[in-house]
Amino acid sequence: MDLSLSSHLILLLPLAMFLILGLTGMKMSHRLAGVLGTLGMGVTLLLAYAVAATYFFSGSSDFVDAAGLRLQYSVFDYTWLEFTDSLVIKLGFFLDPISAMMLVVITTVSFMVHLYSLGYMKGEVGFQRYYAFLSLFTFSMLGLVVATNIFQMYIFWELVGVSSYLLIGFFYTKPSAVSASKKAFIVTRFADLGFLVGILILSFYTRTFDFLTLTNSPEAVMASTGGATFMGASVLTWALVLIFMGGMGKSAMMPLHIWLPDAMEGPTPVSALIHAATMVVAGVFLVARMFPVYLQSSSALMVITVVGAATAFYAAVVACTQIDIKRVLAFSTISQIAFMMTALGVALPTIHEGMGYMASMFHLFTHAMFKALLFLGAGAIIHAVHSNNYTEMGGLRKYMPITHITFLIGCLAIAGIPPFSGFFSKDEMLTAMMNNHPFWGYWMTMVAGLTAFYMFRLYYRIFWWEENKHYAEHRPHEAPLTMTIPLIFLALVSVVAGFIPFGEYVTWNREPYEIHLDWSVAVTSIVTAVVAITIATAFYRKKNDLPDRLTRRFQWLWTAANRRFYFDELYMFITHSIIFRRVCQPIAWFDRHIIDGTMNMFASVTNRASSAIKGLQSGSVQSYVVVYLLGSLAIAAVVCVCLI
Amino acid sequence: MELEILKYLIPALIMFCCGVYGFITRKNMIAILISLELMLNAVDINFVVFNRFLFPGQLEGMFFTLFAIALAAAETALAIAIIVNLFRAVKNVDVRNVNKMKF
Repeated sequence: MDLSLSSHLILLLPLAMFLILGLTGMKMSHRLAGVLGTLGMGVTLLLAYAVAATYFFSGSSDFVDAAGLRLQYSVFDYTWLEFTDSLVIKLGFFLDPISAMMLVVITTVSFMVHLYSLGYMKGEVGFQRYYAFLSLFTFSMLGLVVATNIFQMYIFWELVGVSSYLLIGFFYTKPSAVSASKKAFIVTRFADLGFLVGILILSFYTRTFDFLTLTNSPEAVMASTGGATFMGASVLTWALVLIFMGGMGKSAMMPLHIWLPDAMEGPTPVSALIHAATMVVAGVFLVARMFPVYLQSSSALMVITVVGAATAFYAAVVACTQIDIKRVLAFSTISQIAFMMTALGVALPTIHEGMGYMASMFHLFTHAMFKALLFLGAGAIIHAVHSNNYTEMGGLRKYMPITHITFLIGCLAIAGIPPFSGFFSKDEMLTAMMNNHPFWGYWMTMVAGLTAFYMFRLYYRIFWWEENKHYAEHRPHEAPLTMTIPLIFLALVSVVAGFIPFGEYVTWNREPYEIHLDWSVAVTSIVTAVVAITIATAFYRKKNDLPDRLTRRFQWLWTAANRRFYFDELYMFITHSIIFRRVCQPIAWFDRHIIDGTMNMFASVTNRASSAIKGLQSGSVQSYVVVYLLGSLAIAAVVCVCLI
Repeated sequence: MELEILKYLIPALIMFCCGVYGFITRKNMIAILISLELMLNAVDINFVVFNRFLFPGQLEGMFFTLFAIALAAAETALAIAIIVNLFRAVKNVDVRNVNKMKF
C-alpha cells in the first residue's frame, strides 16, 4: 500500500474509532463495540507493521543511503497554524528509526490490550466508553511518536495525558480512582509547564520547532543562543532541562513519580498499555528524539543520569515492600524507565559509539513487551482471585498454568536471565554505563539485582508460598482465551526479542552498529540476578517466618520503604501546609476583602446615591414642571450674568 | 415706541405667569390644560408683537403664530383624549391620581 495513504490511516483510523465508539457506542451492544475497536486496532497494527517494514527493510533511497545510514523522512507535513513567517506550527508524520520502532511497540501492545480487554472488561458498565478511550489513547500516542516538530509532540503529549486521566478514572464511582486520576493529571500537567517553557526558550533562540532542523544541526542550536546564560548555566541547558522536566512528569522520574503508583486504580489492561508500555516511556522517547541537541549540553545529560540513577534505586527499594501486586509492577516500571533514562544520560558518542542510546531504545522495546505481559498476567490473576494483594494469593500455579508460565517468563526477562529479552537489553545498558563511569555501572547492577529480587518475591508470593484458604469456597480458574492469547503472544516475543540485531536498526546517529556482548559485564549481571533470585527463593518459595523476622528486625526501614519514603506525605505537607495555608489563603483573603471589597464599595455608593435622588422621579407631573421651571430660570440667570 | 411694545409684552408676561401658576397649583387636569393654553397664547402674542415691532415688513412671526395655534389645537385634542381615558379608569380628573410612572 502507498506509504502516504497508510501513514494517514494509522493516525485517522484510531481517531475515527474513538469518534464512532464515543458518539454511537452507547447504542451498540458490548460485544459489537469491543469487536469493532479491536478490529480497527488490528488494521492499524497491520498498517504500522507495513510502514515499519517499508522503512527498515525496503532499502529505498528515501530511507537508507548508500553507506547504510538510515535517513529521516517526513511522509507528510501539513502547515496547521501560520503565525508569522518563522513561527509556523505543522502537523506531520515523521519516520526515523525510533518512530518506526515505536509504531511497532504501540500498535502491538495496544492490539494485545484491546484483545485482552474483551475478556477482562466483560460486563463492565461503560464497556463501549472504555474502548473509545483506548482508541483515543492509541491515536494520541501514535501522533506523539510521529511528530515532525516539538509543538506537535507537545499537543499529542497533552492528549495522552488526557486519555490517561480518562482511563485511570474509568471507574469514576470509586473515590480512590477519581483522586488518582486527578493526581496523575495535575502532576504531569505541572511537569508539562516546564516542558512548555523549555520549548519556548528553545524555539525563541533557534526560531524553529522542527525536529529535522534541530537534530541535524545541533551546533547551530548551540550557536544560536549566542552564549547567553541564566543563573550560571547556559540557556540551552536550561531549555533542555526544562524539556526533560516534562519527560520526568510523564515517565514518573523522582520527584514527580508520585502519580504512577496511584494510577494503578485504573483497569489493569490500561495499566499495561499506558502506565507500563507506552505513555510512560514518552519521556525517554522525548530525550531520545532530541538526543543530538542534548549532546550539546553535558550538564543536561548529567542531570538525566543522576535523576535516572536515583529514581531507579529508589523505586527498586520501594518495590520490595509493596503488597499490592500492581504497585510492585508500577514501581518496577518506574525503576526500568529510570534505567532507560540513565542509559541515555551516559550515552556519549565519544564512549563506545553512543551505545547507551541504542541500549536504551532496545530496553524500551523489550520492556514494553515483558512489562505489558506482566501487567496482563497480573490482570488475569486479579480477575481470578478478586484482590490486588498477594496476601490473598499463593499457590496459584496449579489453578492457572498458562498465566503461571507466561508470568514466569516475564519475571525471567525483567530479571535479566539469558536467553530472555531483558538480559540482552539490560546488558547493553549496563555496558554503556560501565563505559561511562564504573560508579554508574555498579550502581545500576545493584538495581538490577534488586529488580530480580522483588520480581521473584512477587512471583513466589503469587504462585508458591502457601495456598490461600479462600480457594475452597472460591476456586480460582484460568482466564478465558481472549486473555491468554495476548499473554502467550507477548511471552513468545519476550523470549525471542533479545535476538533482534537491534543495533542494525536504531542507533543515535542512525548508522548500523554491531552489538557484541561484553562478557565481563554480562557475567556480573547474571551472577547478581541469580544470587538475588536464590535469595528470593529461599525467602518466599515456601511459607516461613524468615521474611517476617527480617521485617521486624529492620522495622523502620521496611515501614519507610512501604510508605514510599514519605514522598506523598511530603507533597501533602508542601501543598497543604505551605502552599495552601501560607500562600493561597492570604491570596484568597486579599481577593475576597480587597478586590471584592473595592467592587462592593463602588456598587454600594452607586446604590445609595440612586436611592437618595430617586424621590425626584415622583411621577407627579406638576413637580416636574416646578423643577423644569427652576432649572430654566437658573440657566437664564447664568446666561444673563455671562452676557452682562 | 419703547413704551408701545411694553404695552403688549407686559400683559403677555402676566398671562404667561398666570399659566405657569395655574399649571403648578391646579389639581383638575382640565384646568391644567387651560393653563397650558394660556402659556401658549402668551407666547403667540410675543411672536406677533416682535414681528410687528422689530421686523415690520416681514410675516414669519405671524405665520409661526398660526402654526402654533394649529399645533395647540392638535395637542389639546390629544390631551383631552388622554384625560377622557383617565376619567374612564379612575372616575375623576384629579392630577394627583396620575402618579404611577415613577421610580
